[in-house]
Amino acid sequence: MHPTDTQDPDYYHRVVDCQWACPAHTDVPEYIRLIAQGRFSDAYMVNRESNVFPGILGRVCDRPCEPACRRGRVEDKPVAICRLKRVAADLRDDIRPRLPTAPAQANGKRIACIGAGPASLTVANDLVPLGYEVVILEQFATGGGLMRTNIPSFRLPAAVLDEEIGYVVEMGAELRLNSPVHSMSALLASREYDAVFVGTGAPKGKELSLPGRDQSDRIHIGIAWLEAVAFGHKKDIGENVLIIGVGNTAMDCCRSSLRLGAKNVKVMARKPRGFFKASEWELEDAEEESVEIVVNHSPKAFVIEDGQLRGMRFDRMEYQVEGGRIISETVLEELVFPCDDVILAIGQENAFPWIERDLGIEFDKWDVPKVDPATFQSTRREVFFGGDAAFGPKNIIWAVEHGHQAAISIHKHCTGQPVGERPPRGVRLQSRKMGMKEWSYKNDYNPLERRLVPHVSLKERFKQLNVEVELGFDLERAAVEVQRCLNCDIQTVFEPKLCIECDACIDICPTDCLTMTRDGPLEELEQRLKAPRRSRDQALYLSAPLKQTGRLMVKDEDLCVHCGLCAERCPTNAWDMQKSWVDIPHAEDEARCRS
Amino acid sequence: MSGVVKPRVEHPGLPRNALGLSRRAYEGGMSTLCAGCGHDSVTAAIVQACFELSMPPQSVAKLSGIGCSSKTTAYFVSGAHGFNGVHGRMPAIAAGASAANRTLKYLGVSGDGDSLSIGLGQLGHAIRRNMDMLYLLENNGVYGLTKGQFSASADLGSKSKKGESNDHEPIDPVLLALALGATFVARSFSGDKEQLVPLIKMGLMHQGFALIDILSPCVTFNDHEGSTKSYAYVREHLQTPIAADFVESRREITVSYAAGEAVSVEMHDGSNVLLRKLDSSYDPTDRSAALAYVQERAAINEHVTGLIYLGEGRRHFHERHNTPDEALNSLAFDKLCPGSAALERILSRYR
Ligand SMILES: Cc1cc2nc3c(=O)[nH]c(=O)nc-3n(C[C@H](O)[C@H](O)[C@H](O)COP(=O)(O)OP(=O)(O)OC[C@H]3O[C@@H](n4cnc5c(N)ncnc54)[C@H](O)[C@@H]3O)c2cc1C
Ligand SMILES: Cc1ncc(C[n+]2csc(CCOP(=O)(O)OP(=O)(O)O)c2C)c(N)n1
Ligand code: SF4
Ligand code: SF4
Ligand code: SF4
Ligand SMILES: [Mg+2]
Repeated sequence: MHPTDTQDPDYYHRVVDCQWACPAHTDVPEYIRLIAQGRFSDAYMVNRESNVFPGILGRVCDRPCEPACRRGRVEDKPVAICRLKRVAADLRDDIRPRLPTAPAQANGKRIACIGAGPASLTVANDLVPLGYEVVILEQFATGGGLMRTNIPSFRLPAAVLDEEIGYVVEMGAELRLNSPVHSMSALLASREYDAVFVGTGAPKGKELSLPGRDQSDRIHIGIAWLEAVAFGHKKDIGENVLIIGVGNTAMDCCRSSLRLGAKNVKVMARKPRGFFKASEWELEDAEEESVEIVVNHSPKAFVIEDGQLRGMRFDRMEYQVEGGRIISETVLEELVFPCDDVILAIGQENAFPWIERDLGIEFDKWDVPKVDPATFQSTRREVFFGGDAAFGPKNIIWAVEHGHQAAISIHKHCTGQPVGERPPRGVRLQSRKMGMKEWSYKNDYNPLERRLVPHVSLKERFKQLNVEVELGFDLERAAVEVQRCLNCDIQTVFEPKLCIECDACIDICPTDCLTMTRDGPLEELEQRLKAPRRSRDQALYLSAPLKQTGRLMVKDEDLCVHCGLCAERCPTNAWDMQKSWVDIPHAEDEARCRS
Repeated sequence: MSGVVKPRVEHPGLPRNALGLSRRAYEGGMSTLCAGCGHDSVTAAIVQACFELSMPPQSVAKLSGIGCSSKTTAYFVSGAHGFNGVHGRMPAIAAGASAANRTLKYLGVSGDGDSLSIGLGQLGHAIRRNMDMLYLLENNGVYGLTKGQFSASADLGSKSKKGESNDHEPIDPVLLALALGATFVARSFSGDKEQLVPLIKMGLMHQGFALIDILSPCVTFNDHEGSTKSYAYVREHLQTPIAADFVESRREITVSYAAGEAVSVEMHDGSNVLLRKLDSSYDPTDRSAALAYVQERAAINEHVTGLIYLGEGRRHFHERHNTPDEALNSLAFDKLCPGSAALERILSRYR
């Protein structure tokens, strides 16, 4: 076998599970250590560099990092990465002096961003400091996109949104509210802009065409209904509410209904638990508020009597599940659930009625624009898409990452460079050794369990629509939670030439990640590992042949807890613990390295 | 900064033995030896062997003298009994403990200094008495604990860290044990667990005195150029005439060998030792041939490793002295102390 190439920037990046899973590659362990040192503003800035909205994301991020977190592999629960992000945001000082600003001299290029959601705001955040004039055109009277109109204020307070959107505007982006774009053709024809970024989201809620659908005005489309609630157009709802669908939108609909006066809210799921789209924590929060989740009910018809919605008819289902998949289903009975309102929360789509189809912006057979997944460029050179508008509904952190990538593309486009040539990632390493058994990171394994975030009492939280339910960690809880992070970015770096094959590292490793064994075909070599390989998501490191026996040092990255004991016990420093920085280029880096 | 504590966190897929324990249950306190010491690898091999044998931790008695090697009894099977004796006197303590309670497995750990200098007489008599114990001699050619003086196992001409030459002939514990009639004699290397772990298992299952001389480099005082007990030198000069596999009594012998290639020797508990000849001229059941072989190889600077001699026919301590099966402290008082009338009868024999 060839020795592993650890110079490949992806190698160590992958070891940092959270950072690898984060679409924007936030350097999580770095900010967690800064929080541990009480450096909240620094922790906030590390976050902001990648994810732009730490205060927002510290509350409502979809947190793909947490299911990926290494701690969750050696213990039940991952590190509360997201809630620690909120700690940094809650406890930071005024960081405005540290934000980038527009240069005194503009570069003469103008960019239009359509829609003021997280994708467009990120494009502006990245391009304004480079001298671009960025104009954000938003149809509504407020910015933030779905973060404002759909994520309820009891999860994400308006003040948090205002503050972090404000940073981008203060930097010099022009936010034009109440400015819907009705025609792309007209916008392009105006020749006002050197590039256009479409960040208009996926605004169309999916319909459920069942008998009776058109015969009542008490059947609502979830995202439109949430928007009406957010803007204060909808202030009440009936006592009995059925929510159809069990994704995250459904969770926001049921919890909002309770705050508008509903007494009895049921979320109707077609399939059993385990097939739900909603995140585990959103389900928990809804159930804590006594929302009932009814499984295995497939909607059939709306029951309308005398022109009034009376209920909904369902088939009660039974499913045969095998290997996590439904292999057959049976209808057991038909039954009616009475209700006053129904909210449909079964998905959303992107839609572009305002983009003419003769502009060279190609759409595919599903009527979605053809967008390059790396550059976010459309088939018309100066038009870029990002966020939910690009590939359908995702989440905020993906919208941010799309924005970063589109900003790089727009900069390349405006400076006449090939958009497809992406700036390379890099990795830098630096030893963390301070002395004998002394490292500049806290390497002891803290066995404490995940801290729980305190919530406002059930009595208090329903008093007003905008009472934020989660209180965030206090210092005491945060201080424990930060110690649960395993510092996955402090890498075990091996130098084969120094190894005397004494076995010390092999014997000390608490999780049996290390093996010294003779070379051989990978599949057969894997059989000789000290502990079985459980997952291929993480790499198997293979060293060059060792001096004395020609065997290889093999490390299964999967369960390393970065305790540094291998390096501590190694008599020759063949193992060292080194901090890795993964360089994720942004538009700013691209501009800097060209100038 | 950590005080070096191995965290309890473990690999979730770690195998369990017949007692439902993982290997981690056989660990002990954290080693305070120099990082890279061969003795720590021997410790890990003991942990592995006890785990594989599904030994109840409390069925083991760990005994040692003085030295870095002797310290290691604190680093494995923390649930075992233990006694850390004075320098070179571990065999006497083992003898006393074993006489009083033969239900435990006696595992002695010693060094070349502890065994071949101050404790040579003790070691000799333990072999002669054929105590029922496994004696591990962690051999690094120096007194590690007292900062690296040549020990009695240092080879002639071997150089100290400062460059001085050793001008004494070494005592080879393997030759000594063969000469004194030990029934299980082996040599291994701390850096070869594939060989060492099965040997420890056999040694624990052997009835009577079992010696394993383990070349176990001292990374601080004897791992330099010119040393004959360094990692590099030992690796280059190993020679193994016989490969020995341990087959637990519960398991069937599944490996098949060409006729004459392998012999199986049954141990008292029903387990088997499978011997495969790597050097066809070698016979591990012939004591005088083994003696000659080890000597010949030593003359050309080769360390013979593996199971060197497995003998039969010598009665061990308990057989000779007809000790009771159960521990003395569990015997009824009238059995333990037959009373003054019985004493009178015994004394009258000498009048
Ligand atoms: C109910 C609900 C809850 C959610 N909860 C979460 C959550 O907890 N965490 C999470 O990460 N994600 C969540 N999401 C998803 C997340 O909000 C979106 O993925 C994200 O906001 C997409 O960002 P975007 O910039 O692509 O577009 P959007 O946020 O959709 O913003 C698009 C903006 O464009 C404007 N616009 C549209 N058309 C035009 C036009 N023609 N002219 C001018 N302006 C226009 C819109 O008014 C809007 O302001 C949720 C979504 C919903 C529906
Ligand atoms: C009666 C007595 N004499 C001398 C000593 C000093 N001493 C301590 S350890 C040791 C030698 C240990 O050598 P070895 O058994 O080879 O152990 P190692 O440290 O090399 O593993 C000596 C001479 C002592 N502790 N007690
Ligand atoms: S333990 Fe820390 S660094 Fe590792 S994946 Fe979890 S949060 Fe990230
Ligand atoms: S840092 Fe070293 S000793 Fe610790 S878990 Fe990882 S490989 Fe094992
Ligand atoms: S502890 Fe160091 S020298 Fe010893 S085997 Fe491990 S890497 Fe090699
Ligand atoms: Mg010694």
